[in-house]
Amino acid sequence: MTAAARPTPLQRLSSLLYLHPRLLLLLLLAPPLLWLGVIYLGSLFALLLQSFYYIDPFSGTIVREFSLSTYRELFTAANADIFLRTVLMAAAVTVAAAIIAFPVAYYMVRHASLKMKALLFLGVMLPLWSSYLVRVYAWKLLLAKEGIVTWFAEQLHLTWLLDAILAIPVIGGPSLSISYIGTFLVFLYIWLPFMILPIVAALERVPRSLTEASADLGARPGQTFRKVVFPLAVPGVVAGSIFTFSLTLGDYIIPRIVGNSRPFIGLAIYQLQGVAGNIPLAAAFTVVPIVVMAVYLVIARRMGAFSAL
Amino acid sequence: MSHRKLGWAGRCLLGVLAAAVCTAPALARQDKIGKAEGFVDIVAWPGYIERGDTDKNFDWVTGFEKQTGCKVRVKTAGTSDEMVALMNEGGFDLVTASGDASLRLIAGKRVQEVNVNLIPSYKKIDSRLQQAPWHYVGGKHYGTPYQWGYNVLAYNTKVFKSPPSSWEVVFKEMKLPDGKSNKGRIQAFDGPIYIADAALYLMHNQPELGIKNPYELDEKQYKAALDLLRVQRKLVSRYWHDAFVQIDDFTNEGVVASSSWGFQVNLLKSKKAPISSVVPREGATGWADTTMMHADAKHPNCAYLWMEHSLNNKLQGDLSAWFGSVPVVPEACNGNPLLGPKGCENNGINEFDRIWFWRTPVANCGGGRQCVPYYRWVTDYIAVLGGR
Repeated sequence: MTAAARPTPLQRLSSLLYLHPRLLLLLLLAPPLLWLGVIYLGSLFALLLQSFYYIDPFSGTIVREFSLSTYRELFTAANADIFLRTVLMAAAVTVAAAIIAFPVAYYMVRHASLKMKALLFLGVMLPLWSSYLVRVYAWKLLLAKEGIVTWFAEQLHLTWLLDAILAIPVIGGPSLSISYIGTFLVFLYIWLPFMILPIVAALERVPRSLTEASADLGARPGQTFRKVVFPLAVPGVVAGSIFTFSLTLGDYIIPRIVGNSRPFIGLAIYQLQGVAGNIPLAAAFTVVPIVVMAVYLVIARRMGAFSAL
Repeated sequence: MSHRKLGWAGRCLLGVLAAAVCTAPALARQDKIGKAEGFVDIVAWPGYIERGDTDKNFDWVTGFEKQTGCKVRVKTAGTSDEMVALMNEGGFDLVTASGDASLRLIAGKRVQEVNVNLIPSYKKIDSRLQQAPWHYVGGKHYGTPYQWGYNVLAYNTKVFKSPPSSWEVVFKEMKLPDGKSNKGRIQAFDGPIYIADAALYLMHNQPELGIKNPYELDEKQYKAALDLLRVQRKLVSRYWHDAFVQIDDFTNEGVVASSSWGFQVNLLKSKKAPISSVVPREGATGWADTTMMHADAKHPNCAYLWMEHSLNNKLQGDLSAWFGSVPVVPEACNGNPLLGPKGCENNGINEFDRIWFWRTPVANCGGGRQCVPYYRWVTDYIAVLGGR
């Protein structure tokens, strides 16, 4: 009976892990890292690889050999139009979303009562609970030539204003739902919550004592806002812009329902891989938003966006 | 045990040569229908196989299941490419493939030869479809025709007192009968295959190009079609893709003429909209679908039973009424209450000879000619839509 009870395998494992905390860390992290590495990055690399294949011009079948000819095909004037159109739209939506979201977020954090704040949160989140498609189709009806917006304009005798807006070259069109303005409005509506929420988070982290200190030192409210509150909230704006920018960059449903059928990056990819079976060109196409977003994220990181997410 | 039963199963056990011998029976044409396996898995277009879930008058599955004991499991696919992908993946018995997918499936050996002697109703099929080139290849049948339809020219009857006689109303800028230009009031289909519609128009109106088939275009003919589409881009406010968006555009956006399907026109008519349709003098493009059987179908007997069932008059007529398509069995047009006495006529059965059925454009289009393959149709159509 003198011999100490031999440790069970479980006990030995337990001591092993206790003595080697790094091993424990590795075991805990391995599954998520594998997920990220294999499923996520792996598929990304598979995609990149595909973009170096090319389609045989005679048979139309994919040739699995390294070549840059797909990239030559990518940089044509027609495709450059598509990139420019998509990036400009994403930028416009992002800027407009920030302009609208900031005051809303500011009010929610600084002025609204608790009840009002809850109500506003609900109001911002509510659209996210209903189907994305239903909301887009609803907007198509609102913006149609014989839709509600036109009707309101008529009732208010503002038809001339609507016509003037639609007569703007490039972004205008025969009706709101058949113009870039319409596409822009729908994008703005759909992605706005993704801008408001990070700004709210960022503003909530600005201590009130700082604004009080600023006032004590003699700053006027406007100065306090410009020099204290806004700079501290910028990471939130940048974080929100990552969402609105990247979501607009990749969307292919909205431009198909509201707009003038001029293709966006997402639509082109969808058609190239789905309809044409031209996987190499579709893959090369996806590299463009990846590069754009990579540049964007580097800039966003410099502006401290990742600390506000 | 009968000698026959030992047959190929016995031989399979004999070793080295087994692989080659064993696969043979799977590829060979079946010559009798055995016991039903209890299931049949079908890849189909949405709305093609109805069991009364949407409208209980439209049900052609429940009866079949009761009668044969084959439970029908449907996987819907939205595009031909999706269908080909699903069939490549396997696990299905049948697919309702359109003309573009069917030849690809045959070439890729994804579907097997079908013994039409096991399908008594095959004889009832419209004789023009019994050996159509999109399912009858090299003297072999690769499926049973299911339904067909075509792209119509839909127009507003308030603007056009008499039906437009040519597709030119959607291809060239012109004053419509109401005195206003067609600019911004017409639509075109948002898919590369629409290039064939432009080619069809040119085939009749610019005979010097020598277009014989809108799916077989050489460089010069192809360029002419693209040029025509670039003119059209300036007139079209929005290209249509989703049938319901187009219905809305006819009602709310002031669209007065467009290529369309019988489906939208029937729905608009049922809502009392002033819309009607016509096949202009050039004819029209269309689609014809075939029920094809997977090379490795797990339930071949149920599959054969379904193919026979798919050709019965009631199913063919009901489906035609439901989908706005045309039955492949002409006698299905008579005495179907859902379809009505003029249903087939309304869906276009008399237009058959004027329809160019959908086919995938390929580089080698026969007779030593070199044609523009489909993947280029896609990239170029994207460019046309972008205004290039």
